[in-house]
This record gives sequence, structure tokens and C-alpha cells, in this order.
Amino acid sequence: MPGTQTLVNDFISKLKKRKIEGSQATAKQTAELLRSVISQTRVPYTNQAAALIQSVKAVGERLIAANPVELAVGNVVRRILHIIREEDLSLTTAAMAGLNLSAVSDDEDDADRDNQPVLSAAAIAAASRSTLRPPSLQTLLEDVPDSAAVPHTSSSGGDSEGKSKSADKSSRSRKLKHDVIEAVNELIQDISTCHEQIAEQAVEHIHQNEVILTLGSSRTVLEFLCAAKEKKRSFRVFVSEGAPRYQGHLLAKELVTRGLQTTLITDSAVFAMISRVNMVIVGAHAVMANGGVIAPVGLNMVALAAQKHAVPFVVLAGSHKLCPLYPHHPEVLLNELRSPSELLDFGEFSDCLDFGSGIGAPLLHVVNPRFDYVPPKLVSLFITDAGGHNPSYMYRLIGDYYSADDLVLQRRATSGN
Amino acid sequence: MGAQKKGATARVSEDQEELARNPLQAILLADSFATTFRPITLERPKVLLPLANIPMIDYTLAWLESAGVEEVFVFCCAHSKQVIDYLESSQWSSQPNFSVTTIESHNSISAGDALRLIYERNVIHGDFVLISGDTVSNMSLTQVLLEHKERRKKDANAIMTMVIKQSKPSPITQQSRLGTDELFMAINPVTKQLLCYEDKSEYSKGFISLDKTLIADNPSIILHNDKQDCYIDVCSQEVLSLFTDNFDYQHLRRHFVKGLLVDDIMGYKIFTHEIHSSYAARIDNFRSYDTISKDIIQRWTYPFVPDILCGSSAIKVERQGTYRASDVTLSRSAHIGSFTVIGQGTKIGNDTKISHSVVGEGCTIGSNVTIEGSYIWNNVTIEDGCQLRHAVVCDGVIMKSGAVLQPGVILSFKVVVGQQFVVPAYSKVSLLQQPTQQDSDEELEYADSTSGTGELQSDKLNGDIAPDLSETAYELGTGGVGYIWSVFEGAQDEEWRHSVAPIPTDKLVKLMLDKDEDEEQLTQVGNVLSASGELKAGSDDNGSEDDDNDDSRDDYGFFEKEVEATFLRAVHENVKVDHAVLEVNALRLSYNMASVDCAGAIFYSMMKLAVESPHNSASELHRNAADIITKWQKLLKSFLHDIDEEIEVILKFEEMCLESAKEFAALFPQILHLLYDKEILQEDAILRWADEKEGADESDKVFLKSSEKFIQWLKEAEEEEDGED
Repeated sequence: MPGTQTLVNDFISKLKKRKIEGSQATAKQTAELLRSVISQTRVPYTNQAAALIQSVKAVGERLIAANPVELAVGNVVRRILHIIREEDLSLTTAAMAGLNLSAVSDDEDDADRDNQPVLSAAAIAAASRSTLRPPSLQTLLEDVPDSAAVPHTSSSGGDSEGKSKSADKSSRSRKLKHDVIEAVNELIQDISTCHEQIAEQAVEHIHQNEVILTLGSSRTVLEFLCAAKEKKRSFRVFVSEGAPRYQGHLLAKELVTRGLQTTLITDSAVFAMISRVNMVIVGAHAVMANGGVIAPVGLNMVALAAQKHAVPFVVLAGSHKLCPLYPHHPEVLLNELRSPSELLDFGEFSDCLDFGSGIGAPLLHVVNPRFDYVPPKLVSLFITDAGGHNPSYMYRLIGDYYSADDLVLQRRATSGN
Repeated sequence: MGAQKKGATARVSEDQEELARNPLQAILLADSFATTFRPITLERPKVLLPLANIPMIDYTLAWLESAGVEEVFVFCCAHSKQVIDYLESSQWSSQPNFSVTTIESHNSISAGDALRLIYERNVIHGDFVLISGDTVSNMSLTQVLLEHKERRKKDANAIMTMVIKQSKPSPITQQSRLGTDELFMAINPVTKQLLCYEDKSEYSKGFISLDKTLIADNPSIILHNDKQDCYIDVCSQEVLSLFTDNFDYQHLRRHFVKGLLVDDIMGYKIFTHEIHSSYAARIDNFRSYDTISKDIIQRWTYPFVPDILCGSSAIKVERQGTYRASDVTLSRSAHIGSFTVIGQGTKIGNDTKISHSVVGEGCTIGSNVTIEGSYIWNNVTIEDGCQLRHAVVCDGVIMKSGAVLQPGVILSFKVVVGQQFVVPAYSKVSLLQQPTQQDSDEELEYADSTSGTGELQSDKLNGDIAPDLSETAYELGTGGVGYIWSVFEGAQDEEWRHSVAPIPTDKLVKLMLDKDEDEEQLTQVGNVLSASGELKAGSDDNGSEDDDNDDSRDDYGFFEKEVEATFLRAVHENVKVDHAVLEVNALRLSYNMASVDCAGAIFYSMMKLAVESPHNSASELHRNAADIITKWQKLLKSFLHDIDEEIEVILKFEEMCLESAKEFAALFPQILHLLYDKEILQEDAILRWADEKEGADESDKVFLKSSEKFIQWLKEAEEEEDGED
């Protein structure tokens, strides 16, 4: 256990010092950390799921508190809690079914008894899964990723169980942990491939000879544009520089090296250029439950400009950016004020900041917020790794990923302190 | 010497290899070895004083940790136990990859002693960062370390890199925004080598001197007065041994840096590294405490700001930069202004106004209280109707209802201010009596070995001092407890400079006036050879000349003095006329004057010289004047391009005769004649002057009348000429 403890502390101090930048990296590291927490947690005979949830929550609270602005941490913690609950439920149902089955068929020998319930358990788990959450539009319409994923996990779990051949209780406990870890692995896989999954859909959205506008820099946007380029679409990109960090400059550089026709503009020129733009494609910091977006500063302005000229405003977001909270939720820290030195050179203005003369209070205030909030009505489309969605559909998507019991995670954190 | 050098270079290459393995080390001096924060520092070490509710040392350690330092040696001297206890109980003792080791000493009285002790311990194995525990920064060390190492590779004598930052000093008070004296640094702009370091301690000095060899040795030097020393140094191991070798080095800057810069035998060099976008500053006095607190609240030190340093969601930033802890009890009618920090568990009553202040944890603030620009620490009780402006209030203070703190007041720990009592501005109040033995003012910071022991004693005293107080300390009104410290002799008028309160406007105005006078004096110092008394008279003359335009009058006054100084120098040093003309022309351009003014000024100086040179009779004076005019006619003539300028000369002369040099009054016609003879004045000019004067008052016509004959003669001569033609 000391191993994980140092890992956790290390990660927390990194989060505190804002040393990890970017939602994806944060999400991935959080998931990896929680995976090792889960694997190191000793589970009791009874109520293993509760024990796992307990330990994940304990660590999760601290992680969230370390950097409340980075919502991806909380998202991943809640996702993993949800995974534990689901796996537990599916196992319980499976066990129940197994009992039922064994009661019915008395004369089957041990090997069969071991195998058969597993298979049927998988089916029941899948069924229970769909009863566990409200019927998702996606599962109803498409019936693809979920049901495909579920048998896979369960059957792999079944294999291990078959191999272990140990006492029923301990195998069950190990099975739960094993299943959870498998599912977390899948989550990590999802997070790390979210760019590719989103980029795959690029050709459906970007058409020949279009003009795309973006602001600042987002890796998702970069991959998205490049994917369209690779599919031999020819289009132009306007990059707004994204003051005060000017990450748009980096994006423009990157786009040019990948052979895209790129135009760099200032943020203030967005309105002037928007009439020539066919689509705005931007990244996000987080997507809230109501479909609102917390995005790099300046994007609300772009969204308003796009609305004025009826240009579609498309937000790309990996599923780890989906936050089950609403922006009006008191625990959500919407913004972070960064150092004013990104805006101006302290030395040049040092005489304006002399508190020794005058009223002794600064007359010059420099405010450098990091994020904007874009209300859902300004967003035309979300593209996540699960496909394109309307803002009004986000809450359903969130219902797929999170369990309602975990939403108030953070309030516990504050009252705990 | 040669062998030693060889050894040094060998060690350098070794060092390079070692550095790859060695963790980055830092020495943190948890004692400023100064008394600027007294009386507070009698009871608590400076590094543990809260800065926006977080002890200073936390900012320093947090920065060191995030900058990649792995091993910190905290040197504690005064109140070492408190520092050690704090560090042990803090988060810093359990950080992975970051070890904090304390080094305790009871008899060190300066930074020099501290470094000597650390050298003896032999714990530093490579380059290290040297800072004091009151430094707030968010700079990245990577760049400066890299630069330092690169330089070391090339030149083993580059033993230290100082971090500096641009910060313009106030032109009026001659001090930086951190309340430190204006600092002059001469830096080679290419190599960034520091060549001269002069913190202007004497305001009267007004000039700094650079060694001539500096200019000879360096192709270019930039002299900065807008750089702030951040007191963050990247040092090589040699620095420690240097301190040991030179046992008289005490102060890091005053002795060590200046000593190295002066000493050219060893040839050690100091370089500078300027930071631009990041922040670094040291809390040196109450002014910088105020300034840096405000910088932190304005988030210049991001990510080392209260809401992030506290971790968790305990403190939230609200609109207008108000930081509020989660469980503050705030009356509905209380008004919390911008840039204010309110700590946990604090209660604030009705109609209380707080702005630009920091309020600590567990404070109780009553109704109708006004708090402006003040720093209130933990567990302070402020009753109804109190007023605090720009004050520092330490832990456990009780202010009874209606008490008032005027700007600049420092209330040390557990002081009680009586009802309705007004604590006068800039007073320092403590439960402890002011140490009686006074240290000599000059070496206040170091010579006092008593200060160390004094502080230790006070620690012990702390417990049983209370009964003693009840009898003696009535200085703070009824029910008040505490002594008001008297200000040291001589430091009285400097109190406002380093206080938390903004500089009062009357001081600023006074300073501005003083400064103008200084400048006047400076110009006087420039005129080495002229008698200053006479100059005053001269400027008075100008005063009566044209009262309507103050500015131009002043300008003209200065200009005239400058011209006179130039002229006198020319006379005494036998400067060639051409050169003198050039100089006067330069003056004319810099003061934006017409050549009319030049002519007037030169003539004035010539005449004055004539008056001042010894003479017994009017004829001798005439001869003097004649000599001077003959000798310098060329100079005067080069500014007499047309007739207006010649008339000006006559007018000037007339004016002189009336006021400053009445001796000339009798000689007026003669001199006029002389000028005509020397072809300085043309007859047209004289005639025009006469014409102009014809219409003037009787009193103005004195000189016209006296020179009537001459003018008459001129007129006749002209008519004759006309006749001849």
C-alpha cells in the first residue's frame, strides 16, 4: 500500500502545482492511478464492491480537491465508481442466476456447473446492465458498442474464474476486482484513443473547399483536421491565435507542417472573418450536463459570431470531458484566474503597481481568466468518441456513463474537510 | 596561483560529471538577520509570518519544490525552535523527492556566519540556490541553471548568477515599489556580467562613481536603475569557501557582492539573469510586505496563490479578486471590497466595510468597522466601530470598541487597544518593552549580537510577562495592554518609507520640492568656480524680469547660470572661442532657447566677470570690462546675427546697471561706446534702442540721457555718411 500512497501523493502534488496540462493526460493518469489503487485494495469477503468504492472515493476526493478546475479528474473518478457498481451488479445477478441454475439442474457435474452459469451470467449481466441504467437512446437505436463490450469483459472474467478453480467466495471477490480492472483498462484505452475515434468522423463533417475556423490549440481539433486532410479533402483553416497564451500559433505551425492551407488571425478579427467560414470546430475543457461548454477563453465570442452568421459551431470532446454536473452547481469551479504576467510584462508596468503612493490600493487590475462558458444554445453539434450529438442529448449520454449516486462526490469532499 | 587555478578547472570538469548525479540543492536562510520587522519578530520568526494567511516560508518552499530543487537546507537562527517545529508538522517533511533539512544555530548574526556554518557541515556538493525564507517567486530555474553551468564550463571564475527583474523606482521617493532603496547596477549587456552594484543608501549623494577600468575593459556597459534584485542566487560551491576565507563578509550584497566586484586579484565574476514573465521578490520591510501581499492577491505569483496553495476547495476566488474561505460568517450588510482575503472561521458583523485587506482565520469583527488596506492575522477580535487603515494587526490582538488605528500602525501579538483609543500613525505596539540597549545606527543589522540573545530571552519571557504588564502598560487607553515603542533617533522621518501605509501626499510634495532644490544644488555643484551667493542673486534678477511666465523664467534662470558657468570655465581654462561657442550652442539647444537669449546671457556673464574682478575705481572697472570684451568679442559676436539680438544686449546691460551691477551705471555710455568701437554693436542697433526708449517712462530714460551725447554723435556721423554718399 505505501507504493500507491506515494503515487497518489505525487499525483496530487502535480495536480496542485498545475504541472499536468490537458484533460486527456489528466484523465489518463487519473485512471491509471485509480487502477493501481483498486488493484492494491484488499477486499473483504462480504461487500467487496463497497470496499472498492470506499477506497476509490477516498482517493478521488483528494484528487478532485487538488485541482477543482480540472473537471476531467472528477469525471474519471465517477466513471470508475460507476464501473465498480456495474460490475458488482452484473456479478450479483450472475451469482443469483447461477444459484437458480444449479438449483434447477441438479445432476450436472462440476465442470459444467462452472461453465454454464458463466455463459448465462454474461447474458444476464448484459440484460441487467440495460436495466441498470435508463434505456439509452444509443443502445435502443444502434445496439452496438455496449452489448458488444459487455460479453467481452464478462467472458474474460469467466475465463479467469474457470482457471482459478478456487473457493467460490474468494474467486468471486477476485473476479470482481479483476472485472473492474479490466473495465478500467478499457476506459484507459478509450481515453487514449479518443482522438482517433473522433478524428474518424472527420470526413463526414468537413467537405471539399470548406473554410474551417478554430481558436487556440486543441490536440483533438488538430487530429480531426488532419484526418480529413488524409482522406484527401482539401479545405482551408483559419486559426485564431487565442490570446493571451497564443497557442493558436503552435496549432498553425503544426497544421502547416502537415500540409494544410492555414490562415492565422487575431482573436479580435474573428467577427470580420466569420462570414467566410463554413464551420467552426473547437475543442473544449469540459462539457457540462446541460450541454454547455467550458472552453478556452474567447470561445464564447466566437460562438456568438458564428450564431450571428448561422455558421455551425462544432465542439469536439472526448468522453472523459463529459461532466455529469451542471454549470450552476455550486461545487463546479467554472474558472481559474491565471497570472497576469501572461498579459503584460510586470517590469514595464511596475510603476503603475506602486502601492507606496496614492491611495495605497492598486489602480490597475489585470484579470486573466482561463475559460469561457458557452451556453448550450450556441452549440450546434458535439462530436465525442461515440459519435455526433445534439447539446440537448448530452444528459442522456452522461446517464450512460455515470451513476447518479456518485454525482455528489465533491460535496462529501468539502464537508469532509 | 597557477596551481590553484589548475585545481579549480579540474574540479569544474569533475563538477560537470557530478552535477548529472547530484540532486539540486538549495540553502534557505530562515532568518533575515535584520530588525525591520520588529517588534513582531521578537516573538515569531519572520519566515513564519503569514502572507495572505500562509506563512512566508511555504511560498518559498513550494516554489523551490516546483522548480525542481530536491534538497533544501533551512538555516534557522532566531526562534529556531519555532521554525523547526513548524517544518516538522507541515507538509514539507513528508514530500517525496524533496527533503527539507534544518540546520540550527544560536550564535550566527549574519548571512555570512550562516554560510560559514553550512560550509563546515560540508553538505553542499555542487551548484546550489541561495535564497532567504521570505522570497516569493514563480520563476523557472531551468534557464538560469543552464546559463550558470554553461558559463562555468567556459570560465571557472563565474561563481554566481543573480536573478534580477525590471521594476521602476519611483522618481520622487527614490525607492522601489518594494520599499528598498534605488539600486544601481552596471551590467555588460552582452555577457550579462555584473560590474557594479550600488544600493543608494545616501540620498544626498546624488551620483555614483564607476571605476574607470570598467569602461576600459568592457566594450559596452549599461547602467540600470530600474532593476530589482530578487535575492535569488545560483551559486557554485566556491561561494561558501569564499565566505569562510573572508571571515569579515557578513551581508550577502553589501559585503560579498561588492567585495567580489572590487577584488580583482581572484577575478571571480558575478553574472545576472533577468526574468521577464515570472515573478520574484523578497519581503524586506513592511512596505514590501504590503506590496507583495497585493501582488499575490492579484495573482502575479500564480500558481502560488492562496486558493491553490491551500489546496482543496477551502478558499475560493470570487468576483473582483476576493478570496473567501468556505465557512466565513458574513453579515448580510457587510461589504467586502475588492482584493480582500478572508480566512476560515472569521465572523464579520453588520455594516462593516473591508477593502484591500487580508483577514486571518478565526477573527471576530464587529459592526460598523472600517478596515482598509490592513493585514489582520489570526484570532483577532475587533469590536464595534473600530477603524483600521493600513495597519498590521498580529495574532490575538483585541481592539476594544471605537479604537482607531492610524496608517502605518503595527500591533504585535496579543496587544489590547483600549476603548476609543487612537493609536498614532506609524507607532509600533508590543507587549514586550523596547530593548533598551541601542545599537549603533549604522551597523544596526549586524553588529547587534544582542539581538539574537534578546530574541531568545523574549521567548522565555513570553510566558510570565503578563502580570508585569498590568501595572505599567497603560499607554493604550483604558483597558489597553502594550507598550508603544519609541522610534530610533534619526529614523523618525524615514518611518513612512518602509511602512505598510502609502506615502502621505504631503511627504510626496515635500520630497518633490526637495528634489527640485537638489537639482538646483546639483547645477551649483557643477559650477565649481562660481560663487553660489552671486548665483542666487542672478536668479532673483530673472525673477523680476518677467513675472508673467514662471516656467520660462525658471528655465531661463537655469540657462543663464549654465551659460555663465561655461563662460567662466572658458575664461579660467583658456578654452578656445570656437569651443566655447559650441558649448553655448549645445546649451541653447538643450534648454530650447533662442540665440537672443544666448547673447544676453553671455554678455551678462562677461559683465559680471568684469565686476567681480578686482577694481578700485570706475576707470579700472572700465578697463576690466574692455579687456574682457576685447578678448571674448568673437564669442559674443557669434550670437549676434541681427539687430534684435544687439538690442537685447543693450537692454540686458541696462538692466544690469539698474540691478545687479550698479557700478556700471556710471560707465554706461563708455561701455556702449566700447561695444560700438569693437563692432559688437552696430549703430543701427543703438539708434533703434534709443528710438524705442524715447517713448518710455522718465525713469527708464536714465541711461538714454546719460548716453545722449554718444547717440547724438552717432546720428551726426550717420548723416555725414549719408551726405558723403
